Amino acid sequence: MKNCEYQQIDPRGISTPSSTQPCTENVQRPRRKWEVFPGKNRFYCDGRIILARQNGILPLTLGLIIVTSGLFFAFDCPFLVTHLTVCIPVIGGVLFVFVVTSLLQTSFTDPGILPRTLPDEAADIEKQIDTSGSSTYHPPPRTKEILINQQVVKLKYCFTCKMFRPPRTSHCSMCDNCVERFDHHCPWVGNCVGKRNYRFFYSFIVSLSFHTSFIFGCVVTHLTLRSQGGNGLVLALQENPASVVELVICFFSIWSILGLSGFHTYLVAFNLTTNEDIKGSWLSKRGAEDSGNPYTYDNIFTNCCATLCGPMPPSLIDRRGFLPPEDIPPAVAVDMGRPPFLAKNDTNMCTQRTKDLLERVFRSSELQGLWPTGTPKTAPGQELRVRPESRSPAPSSSAGPPTSSCSGSADGPLPTGCSGSANGFPPTGCSSSANVHPPTGCSGRQAPSMECPPVNSSKRPSLHSNNPAFRLASPSPSFTHNTIILGDAPDMGFIPLH
Amino acid sequence: MANAHNLQDLQHQAAVASKVYVQRDYNSGTICRFQTKFPSELESRVDRQQFEETMHTLNNLYAEAEKIGGKSYLEGCLACMTAYTIFLCMETHYEKVLKKIARFIKEQNEKIYAPLGLLLTDPIERGLRVVEITIFEDRSIGSGR
Repeated sequence: MKNCEYQQIDPRGISTPSSTQPCTENVQRPRRKWEVFPGKNRFYCDGRIILARQNGILPLTLGLIIVTSGLFFAFDCPFLVTHLTVCIPVIGGVLFVFVVTSLLQTSFTDPGILPRTLPDEAADIEKQIDTSGSSTYHPPPRTKEILINQQVVKLKYCFTCKMFRPPRTSHCSMCDNCVERFDHHCPWVGNCVGKRNYRFFYSFIVSLSFHTSFIFGCVVTHLTLRSQGGNGLVLALQENPASVVELVICFFSIWSILGLSGFHTYLVAFNLTTNEDIKGSWLSKRGAEDSGNPYTYDNIFTNCCATLCGPMPPSLIDRRGFLPPEDIPPAVAVDMGRPPFLAKNDTNMCTQRTKDLLERVFRSSELQGLWPTGTPKTAPGQELRVRPESRSPAPSSSAGPPTSSCSGSADGPLPTGCSGSANGFPPTGCSSSANVHPPTGCSGRQAPSMECPPVNSSKRPSLHSNNPAFRLASPSPSFTHNTIILGDAPDMGFIPLH
Repeated sequence: MANAHNLQDLQHQAAVASKVYVQRDYNSGTICRFQTKFPSELESRVDRQQFEETMHTLNNLYAEAEKIGGKSYLEGCLACMTAYTIFLCMETHYEKVLKKIARFIKEQNEKIYAPLGLLLTDPIERGLRVVEITIFEDRSIGSGR
């Protein structure tokens, strides 16, 4: 019993409900934290694999890579092995393995999601916001200014996660999570790209560039050799339709992918994120290299090493940890399609005592006037998406004209999903440029992923739609959904063309 | 054992009076570092120097976890060459240091803070955002069972 109590208070302890009488599996089975995760993510393999909710394009990406590589190995390699060297399929194989492994790791890894605050912590932050402001200069409410390396950085308050976002963190509205060192949301990999999986993403696009170029080169060589030996190019093309298919796929993707690799190499060298680059966060008159980026090490090699070879930070969301059995919030349980799991089996004294303790904590939060009683009982660690009418009484109207920064893109008509640079780079697969270039790749094929998924709250407005026109007209947050993303400086307006 | 009992007694019998949160210090960038300013709510409970020493040690441990140097580069390059598959089998340096931090916090709780009616929560359980210090009501602490 003692051990049971101790573990139940510890949120990360594994509670063994086997001490209570056996009930239906739904009620007694210890649930893992991923099952009540508040963000819009999908979990597989009992929480080991995490993906964005809209991940329909990932199979397409995988399919394209596997089909193209398969055709290459089946139809081009035999000819090239006999006429050139056996190294060709070996190199192709190594590159293929690298591409697929990096892709799967980018897709299935937690990008650096920050867990939402617990009610007590959120209340403490609210208290600090209300009591601060003793200086003569009042920054806009819900922002905090700090100095990093002599550079002023504004920290914004996230209404969904109820905390001040750390530097370089952004809230992805596709996944409804704050992600550390947020780069962009990539529908091609079906996940956000952030602090923890940026190196996998970079490895994926670089190896894919090599792989695509390699296949393209080999296919051209193959067709050239055939046309020289045979009756001309047209006949060679007719006799090798698989090679033609590969040629077409590679030709159209090589521009996007090479451009994307180049762009991200530039970002890595200067320790920037796509998000910061689009918004021009660190631009100064002195030029991009000498900008006020406080995170750069002022040395390209060090920047590269720090970004790509730095220590691998841990996942903060503890997907596979167990929840204490009686703390499952009923509303979230309903959303997950399971019966509400209330503390029905209170015959055990230890569970009763724990409940009392938590109730006391909860009541003290209520008494501070910060959590209306209408809010369903929220377990520590489970932050519900608060509905508009149950918002904290602290007005947020003066949070500045917000723009919903959907998936890291700025406020303009940039199609979301992969938000890319506006630096005059050619339109690339995962980075859609601004208004001038014809949208390709990611942006052009955005349509399926641009719709809002059907979500838990029926009141979610189309602020979450990626319709750029709507986003530009987004109203202040005071009367709309809580999950308004405080976009960045509204003076950015449209994507700046640098 | 007596200390462990103390910690358990604390959580059985004492009620939570309040919680204090020590926020992150971002002045040096995005590295994990907590503010070392002594919270006023703890003035009556714990020695200032003791608390600051705990926070300094904690910050040093996190700095060790995030240190960019020869060892982390080696780990990163090796991982890159194996297409990052070694992360599936090997525990990273960061994870090793996190375990060290968990042991340190448990030890600090048992030796110093639980007898004073306080409990430090490992920051990793709060997403590395805050160090949560729970202040228990001062009753029947240390009065065994």
